[in-house]
Amino acid sequence: MKRLVYLLPVVLFLVLAGYFALALRPDHDPHELPSAMIDKEAPAFDLSVLQGSGTLSRDGLLGHPVLINFFASWCVPCREEHPLLMRLAQQDHLPLYGIAYKDKPADSTALLAQFGDPYKSIGVDRDGRVGLDFGVYGVPETYVLDRSGHIRKRFVGPLTAEVVAKELLPLLKALDRS
Amino acid sequence: MIVELGHFALILALFVAIIQATVPLIGAARRNVGWMAVGRSCAIAEFLLIALAMLALMHAYVTSDFSVINVAENSHTDKPLLYKITGVWGNHEGSMVLWVYMLSLCSAAVAVFSNNLPPALRARVLAVQGMIGVGFLLFILFTSNPFARTFPPPANGQGLNPVLQDPGLAFHPPFLYLGYVGFSVAFAFAVAALIEGRVDAAWARWVRPWTLASWCALTIGIAMGSWWAYYTLGWGGWWFWDPVENASFMPWLVGTALIHSSIVVEKRDTLKSWTILLAIITFSLSLVGTFLVRSGVLTSVHAFATDPARGTFILMLLIVAIGGSLVLYAVRAPALKGGGLFAPISREGALVLNNLLLSCGCATVFLGTLYPLFLDATGGPKLSVGFPFFNRTFVPLMVPTIIAVGIGPLLSWKRGDLLGALQRLWVAYIFAGLVLLGAFYVTYGGPVLAVLGLGLAAWLFAAVLTELAERVRLFRVPLADSIRRGINLPRSAFGMTFAHLGLAVSVAGFSASAFDKEAIEVVKVGGAVAIAGYEVKLEAVNRLPGPNFTADDATIRIARGGALVAVVHPERRFFPLQQQTTSETAIRTNFLADLYVALGDSDDTGNWTIRVYWKPLVPWIWIGAVIMAFGGMVSLSDRRWRVGVAARARRTAGAVPAAGE
Repeated sequence: MKRLVYLLPVVLFLVLAGYFALALRPDHDPHELPSAMIDKEAPAFDLSVLQGSGTLSRDGLLGHPVLINFFASWCVPCREEHPLLMRLAQQDHLPLYGIAYKDKPADSTALLAQFGDPYKSIGVDRDGRVGLDFGVYGVPETYVLDRSGHIRKRFVGPLTAEVVAKELLPLLKALDRS
Repeated sequence: MIVELGHFALILALFVAIIQATVPLIGAARRNVGWMAVGRSCAIAEFLLIALAMLALMHAYVTSDFSVINVAENSHTDKPLLYKITGVWGNHEGSMVLWVYMLSLCSAAVAVFSNNLPPALRARVLAVQGMIGVGFLLFILFTSNPFARTFPPPANGQGLNPVLQDPGLAFHPPFLYLGYVGFSVAFAFAVAALIEGRVDAAWARWVRPWTLASWCALTIGIAMGSWWAYYTLGWGGWWFWDPVENASFMPWLVGTALIHSSIVVEKRDTLKSWTILLAIITFSLSLVGTFLVRSGVLTSVHAFATDPARGTFILMLLIVAIGGSLVLYAVRAPALKGGGLFAPISREGALVLNNLLLSCGCATVFLGTLYPLFLDATGGPKLSVGFPFFNRTFVPLMVPTIIAVGIGPLLSWKRGDLLGALQRLWVAYIFAGLVLLGAFYVTYGGPVLAVLGLGLAAWLFAAVLTELAERVRLFRVPLADSIRRGINLPRSAFGMTFAHLGLAVSVAGFSASAFDKEAIEVVKVGGAVAIAGYEVKLEAVNRLPGPNFTADDATIRIARGGALVAVVHPERRFFPLQQQTTSETAIRTNFLADLYVALGDSDDTGNWTIRVYWKPLVPWIWIGAVIMAFGGMVSLSDRRWRVGVAARARRTAGAVPAAGE
């Protein structure tokens, strides 16, 4: 009996090692969150835009594959992601739309004035309602919508150059052709 | 050429480590003195070879040799020299070289400073160190080679992450790694003791200085990381319960427990198997931390570039090192005989309580850190655990710990008098009561728990000084006698006093963070922000060129009641290479409170966001940590580690060959 107590540490460690092994499985990515919305029609939204007049709506985006990026001025990872978004907008001319999630319009404007504005248009989601409909866990999150307004892919957390090259650009190319 | 030399040195170090891991072990089993002695020369050779590899890599960085992939990915010709050097360990591969460098440094130190160790124990300790070295050198050479070349070399490098271009990088990782890796010595001693099947007071004396030294380094390393985050992130946070921070904090907690339980082994010859287990767990947590940081299984702000192959390799290392040592523990530890008995209320009892509380604290941090991983494996939702969890679980566990720190040293060995100890602390109650009343008065209507925290810190501070006063019988015998007693006290007694005082100072700093004030305002040049009685006026913003960035440098005038206090210059630095902006904050401290000014965004029409924080007692957090580490070093200078050990070793050395297995 007493010997069993001394076995306890190694047993606990092996359980832990099992969890570690599970976490290392190749299809696992802690950044990737499954979305119940994948391949479903994106929730309808109609938001007033940050600068100027008019609205940003789902129906207005139909006809082309687009990227929707939820961001906020209070979000540090968004700033990390920002230079990459600028590159995607300026060099790759991606159709990138922003939704300012739970952010004061003045703060969003200040952020874009400081770091540049990569978005074709920005909707103001002041109370986070649209984020809730999309199932946003935290900003930044980026969604790929196809031409019929269906969500095809969701990226949680800041995009990285690697993810863009390996997943985002090929997907957009495929969607463009289809 | 030099790069290849470094690469070969690393490969050669691997072979030396293989010899170090095997020959002394066989020698110890067969009592072959010549084979046992191989360990020492191997440890020193391994250290020299890895130092050579480290210098070769540094040379590649300093000369900007972009044909080396690692240099091309992490350096740039425009980078200041300091960051070319520190950039060596600002990435995964280089930091692993630093890791094995520290490991070989510890092995070499054991080899050089172990004249008083029985040769068999020394041989086994060095062999275990050699095994760890083999594992990590294999890891570097097969999955993370820093010397890999590329052709054609790029015209220039990709530069170092601007956040890392800070003097903090020069000190924080080396101290942290020295702490992590230093615990490998305690681990090696524990495994060697399990192999020999013998743990006694002499063993505890040999292992304790190494544990203390690594604990000091880890304390400094963690405190520096926290301070770096504080001054560089621009909003004054100093601890985030981030997985990587937790990975450094967990070995610290268990290492603290280890320092205390090894006292019991040394003085009272009991708690042996528990101490051995703590020594194994402390280093195991360092290894688990390495795994968490580099495998990408958790999301963290500190993440290195991750690669599943590396994760798998480290996991295998964990299974061999931790699993192997724990199996050895399960087989050998039941045979370790406990020595002296003690009542629950006694110095030993208090140290056991300290151990239980620290281990539980570590377990909660562990659970909070790995909870997302456990949940994910069972198909649960993805989430991460943050401040609320740790504040509700870890902090309540630390309150009784602090009370135990105050009372424990006043209890005597074997059987203590709790009531007497509590009575002797009357000065502490009065002091804590005064601080409580004062804090309530000043912060009336503010957070009550934080005031209680300040009271607790004050109580601990007074209790620690009471203990010292009791030892020298202050006011009970003539002052001259007290002074004479103080001079004759062992250094380790003063070490303990300093370490516990440092804890009290830090606790006051943690508690007072609840009284922070902040003002975030958009002002034009000439505008001002008012906070905590200060007027913070933005006088100018100038664009200044830096070596590899351009800075918006603000001139900010801080005044109080119209009188100038200081002119400070927070900056925003823009690094064109990485298209990234960092914040250089300006901190004005009077050691009672910090006034923390960060320059925020501009809207290009002359409006600037200014973030100002008033943070009472925040410097005490790091001052306390430095006092703690200083206490550790004072204890380390105790003469019993030198005189006592040598005398004892001479006595036991002759007995060892006969008393072996």
